[in-house]
Amino acid sequence: MKARIDPQRCQGHGRCHDLAPGLFTEDGEGYGQVIGDGTVSPDEERPARLALANCPERAIDLL
Amino acid sequence: MTVEDRFGQGLEEERRNRVLGTVSETVTDPVSDWATDFSHADPVWAADPYPIHDDLRRRCPIARTERFGGAWLPTRYEDVAAIAYDTERFSSRAIIISNNKPPRELAPEGDAPPITSDPPFHHDARRLLLPAFTKSAVAERETATRAYCHELIDALEGQEVVDAARDYAQHIPMRVIADMLGLPREDGPRFRTFVENVLESVSQSPEERAGHFDELSGYLVAQIHDHLADPRDDLTTYLVDAELDGRKLDPVHVVGTMMLLLIAGIDTTWSAIGASLWHLARTPADRERLVAEPGLLPTAMEEFLRAYAPVTMARLVKEDMRWNGVDMKADDWILLSFPAANRDPAQFEQAGEVVIDREVNRHAAFGLGIHRCLGSHLARMELRVALEVWLERVPAFTLADPAAVTWSAGQVRGPRTLPLRILRGPVHPRTRSDRR
Repeated sequence: MKARIDPQRCQGHGRCHDLAPGLFTEDGEGYGQVIGDGTVSPDEERPARLALANCPERAIDLL
Repeated sequence: MTVEDRFGQGLEEERRNRVLGTVSETVTDPVSDWATDFSHADPVWAADPYPIHDDLRRRCPIARTERFGGAWLPTRYEDVAAIAYDTERFSSRAIIISNNKPPRELAPEGDAPPITSDPPFHHDARRLLLPAFTKSAVAERETATRAYCHELIDALEGQEVVDAARDYAQHIPMRVIADMLGLPREDGPRFRTFVENVLESVSQSPEERAGHFDELSGYLVAQIHDHLADPRDDLTTYLVDAELDGRKLDPVHVVGTMMLLLIAGIDTTWSAIGASLWHLARTPADRERLVAEPGLLPTAMEEFLRAYAPVTMARLVKEDMRWNGVDMKADDWILLSFPAANRDPAQFEQAGEVVIDREVNRHAAFGLGIHRCLGSHLARMELRVALEVWLERVPAFTLADPAAVTWSAGQVRGPRTLPLRILRGPVHPRTRSDRR
């Protein structure tokens, strides 16, 4: 599974890096960024799903 | 123009050239019918707006009032979100409903960029500020904020009943924003007056409101001059020196943005801290659980933000149009209620209940779309630290007198008087780790 952020939708609420700090971070303007290539390890699946379920802009995809 | 001229003669000229907008009659009668005559300045709304929202969502999901020169109130999440995203048809040139609609020429900048700005100007004006408000930037203020919260609680020692809104919640955002802008910390009481004048006096005459605006602007210009003489590493000096498209910012832009940063961060966060403590004071099970499981606080805090979202925004309709079943006219106001959206049962399970371990919580307390609250990371840090310190030092408390709690009216709602009785003796002294 891979995590992806749609930069057109992300408004920098920061819920993803609050809930899944191993998968997401922020850029210099506070917009969400996927760390590395976004591969979600089995340990990270629950935080990844929480991030997806809490993004107010629905900007996160798990593929 | 020299820098000094920019904030002297230049600013004076711009102020003289200000065009006034349309003024409507001030109506302060009690509301007769919420579907056709709503008022967010009504004391019934201030005391408890949620039953009003819930009723309207069921029977009239886009309510109307002729007050304020005409306004609409959508209460469904879906409609609130659609308007927040639609910057083509809804303008932000004024975001506080009053009896004065500013002229269209004020767009796209508005009086307080970027919150009052429309695209494309909005993007660049917001970009100037984003780096100072990222989660990592505001994390640097956490230690000082925590120490200040402890100081405020130290001052409560020996009291059995304390006013958590007046003696705790309000001071935290005032101190943080004073430090960020480089304003004197002792000016806190003046900030409170500015906030009340801008946000809680929507029924005043346009002349009175203009007078308050000039007073606030005069205060900020004096602070700018102080920074010109003595530049510092703070947001005021940053804004004075900032450039857009290779030119220094218009002086009205600098003052407007400072106004925004000063006003927007104070009573919003004050309200969020106060409403959370109010909830915990009247819900012992939630309070006891958070004291026992401090790790749940970040999740609980999001639920407090959903259920007691302090901020309601406004928009102005750009052109006449039929929108979701109603005939909107150009320059009609929209009262954009994030609190109403956050309690829509179509979007949230158990929407009317506070569920402190709610895992799925796509609330809109900080808005949606391009105007997402710039200070949301700062607000979350302050709210978390304020609640952590309070629960650690004052783990047991209850409402001293539920009838004595008062709530602010208007677009920012939170407790302004919040007498709490401290149970099981006086406040806890600091632990060794607090003194670090």
